[in-house]
Amino acid sequence: MSAAAPGSSYDVLVIGAGHNGLVCAAYLARAGRKVLVLEASSGVGGAAVTHEFVPGFRVSSCAHLLHLMPEWLGRELSLDRHGLEFAATQLPTVALSQERPPLILSAGAQSGLPEPDGSAYLEYRATMARFGATLQPLFERAPPRLGTNALADRAGLLRLGWQIRRLGRPRMRELLRIGAMNVYDLLQEHFSDAGLQGALAFDAVLGTNFGPRSPGTVLTLLCRLAAQGASGAGGLRLPRGGLGAFSVALAGAAGAAGAAIRTSAPVERILVKNDRACGVQLRSGEQIGAGCVVSSADPKNTLLGLLGAEHLDAGFVRRVHHLRSRGLAAKLHLALKGPPRFTDVPAAHQGGRLLIAPSMDYLERAYNSTKYGEYSAAPPMEIVVPSLHDPALAPLGAHVLSAIVPYLPYQIGGGWDNGRQRCIGTLMATLEQYAPGISGLVEGAELLTPQDIEQRFHIRGGHWHHGELAFDQFFMVRPVPGATQYSTPMAGLYLCGAGAHPGGGVMGYAGRNAARRILGLRAAA
Amino acid sequence: MSANSPPFFQQPLLKTPFHERARALCQVDSFVPWAGYTTVDVFTTVEQEYFAIRNSATLYDLTPMVKYRISGPDALRYLNRLVTRDIAKIKPGRVGYCVWCDDAGHLIDDGTVFCLAESEYRLCTAERQLDWLLDSALGFVVQIEEVTEDIAALALQGPTSCAVLKRLGLSGIERLRPFETGHFQSGPHALLVSRTGFTGDLGYELWMDPASAETLWDALMAAGGTRGVRPIGSQALNMVRIEAGFLLPNLDFVSAGRTLRTGRDRSPLELGLAWLVDFGKGHFTGRRALLLEQRRGPARQLVGLDVEGNKPAHHALLYAERAGQHEVGSVMSATWSPTCKRNIALAMLTAPHFRTGSTVWADIYLNRELVWERRMARALVVERPFYAPERRRATPPADF
Repeated sequence: MSAAAPGSSYDVLVIGAGHNGLVCAAYLARAGRKVLVLEASSGVGGAAVTHEFVPGFRVSSCAHLLHLMPEWLGRELSLDRHGLEFAATQLPTVALSQERPPLILSAGAQSGLPEPDGSAYLEYRATMARFGATLQPLFERAPPRLGTNALADRAGLLRLGWQIRRLGRPRMRELLRIGAMNVYDLLQEHFSDAGLQGALAFDAVLGTNFGPRSPGTVLTLLCRLAAQGASGAGGLRLPRGGLGAFSVALAGAAGAAGAAIRTSAPVERILVKNDRACGVQLRSGEQIGAGCVVSSADPKNTLLGLLGAEHLDAGFVRRVHHLRSRGLAAKLHLALKGPPRFTDVPAAHQGGRLLIAPSMDYLERAYNSTKYGEYSAAPPMEIVVPSLHDPALAPLGAHVLSAIVPYLPYQIGGGWDNGRQRCIGTLMATLEQYAPGISGLVEGAELLTPQDIEQRFHIRGGHWHHGELAFDQFFMVRPVPGATQYSTPMAGLYLCGAGAHPGGGVMGYAGRNAARRILGLRAAA
Repeated sequence: MSANSPPFFQQPLLKTPFHERARALCQVDSFVPWAGYTTVDVFTTVEQEYFAIRNSATLYDLTPMVKYRISGPDALRYLNRLVTRDIAKIKPGRVGYCVWCDDAGHLIDDGTVFCLAESEYRLCTAERQLDWLLDSALGFVVQIEEVTEDIAALALQGPTSCAVLKRLGLSGIERLRPFETGHFQSGPHALLVSRTGFTGDLGYELWMDPASAETLWDALMAAGGTRGVRPIGSQALNMVRIEAGFLLPNLDFVSAGRTLRTGRDRSPLELGLAWLVDFGKGHFTGRRALLLEQRRGPARQLVGLDVEGNKPAHHALLYAERAGQHEVGSVMSATWSPTCKRNIALAMLTAPHFRTGSTVWADIYLNRELVWERRMARALVVERPFYAPERRRATPPADF
């Protein structure tokens, strides 16, 4: 591979200053590459940003907890030195219920569960954490390819086999048995408490286009646990200043390593010369040359939008076109005059991760509606009130509520413009059941539908993970065959976003793996 | 097909607009299916029809040829991404033979592209391709519609074909050059004529409104007079296309969209169609795979064979030596060529045996009054085509 193309002043251009783009840039810059990050928005962070939605009220725009990023990544990039602080760590999960006091769940403890589910829960957590830890090493490198003779691919497959075999025969059998199951059946095997099942199933379907009964939902759960297990002792964490502060720290780390970052610099297209990506053209018309281009934008945007079908084979374009990337999760933000009071939740846990998922059937019903372009009158939610830990997010005495609302379809009958207020009304009615009086506290509300997420964060389809995490879009075939291992059919063009292995969630693996892949290729040249 | 016609699987084979005329002239009642239509395999005898192609003029019903109209602002860019040759060089009023591949550089089909006007093309293929054409259209502003049933087509081929068309009143037809198209009028009937064909001889293809089909057939048969127009079936056409070195899908290659076994796909480089692959024109589907293959050098190649003796080497396995120890390929299509007086074949040979001038041995099985005999015949690898008369290119053609 040649160094920077003649006339170009950068080795690598990174498209998008989302967390993966910044992580990728930081590692490339640390290895001595001359890197420029180009971001369409006026600030860094992509979807991991904090924005002001009502004057004086700020909130994390998409993900609101940091619990999937590996601990070593923060250490390697010295994110604390670049300003990353946590307003709260080890948030408990509080499974709300209208019929009884809430369940309080954390990794090693629970309260409110009747036996035998109480002890079964601890055993289940330990087993699933072990399975997660088995899969986690897969996240740290490019997945192996099948059908090659390359040593790295064979070693990768052997490593995977060894990881699973090391569990011991009974556990290995159990992992292989449950690996392709749905989470509904799995949790039925373990528990009888509907509230516990609902809370645990929620983790498997959050951010997906699946209900608990959909195939592959144990896989999505294991992936979440794999990342969570390596994220350190902090558990569920709230960065001070929201997820945006995390991104600013990443940008600081990338900058300190020598990467340049330009915001308000939307890329219009990727430039190609001699069948090789050689730079980009900005919307302003400015052209920037480089030795290679790495995109943290989603695969459809990158390959069909910025690069263009004419540079790709028709069969490959069809696969990218069919990549399932419709979002199904929305975000509700409330500006509140005072702290909300969730019924029966102890004061110490009002600032926890509150789940409205009283049973698996509740989730499944909510999912059913979305198949027909509707949403449930009883929607599930993941709620945090970050201002309880980080008062600076709201004016004195006031609070912000941030809720992830799974199962709001990309398109509804009549369109979102007409249906937005009605939907907010449905969500408020649901909240009112668990926190009576909350409607009276609301000074302002914002609903980000998948369409809003698509437009605001330039993610085609509005899927948080840039593409459904499912067996056919996972691991060695993520995002699509022909664009795996962070490379694409176009020489000099790489993917480093959530669309690449191991997928979405604020993790940073994809960015780091892509950087290592690019550096490895260069070293081999 | 109208909305209330019976489901496809309940329909018998379709009839072309020429069907009634063809049925009346088909003395041996020999019909075969082609792309959903019933078409004539043999009208009288194969030999009679073959000699008519090489010595007078013949009519062949091309209507089942699948036709697509491709139009829109990106039509040229679209086609250039679809096929391996540079369509920009095919200007309005011209036709080009082309092939297209899948991502792995394996041939899906071959066909002809007609540039009817700026941003308007017609693609003619032997088999239906709409799914691939639509997949290829992702990212392009282009309209693709199948127009097979809207256009009736006849091939008029043979040394006297130009004279017949002149007698039909197509003034200026003699100025039409190979791979050129022109609009002509025969009485009230409009005709698009292309100087193209599948015989390797002087010939034309006539594209018309199905409503004009029978009238024009009758007019052509009448215009023949002493020039001798005769309808031909697919069997005679198969003999002349082997002489001309042209390929037929499912005989010389299997479309990459249809192969089931790995390793049965064929690339244009393997099929001897490297001249159709333009690596310099920009990206097209399969380009990267074909570049790799070109660097590696093809593992096998379709070549012409000149086989000793006069027994066609149908389906013969080919060996490196007379003893038949080392298999090096097999015959795809074979025929005795009455015009060349040679026993010819198209064969797929592995490297290095496909080099022109190499000798291989064909294992020919003969059925002589129900007794099978086996012959090892020496076969020489030769350049294609086997038969290429000057008259196919001469403009204006000689007045035979």
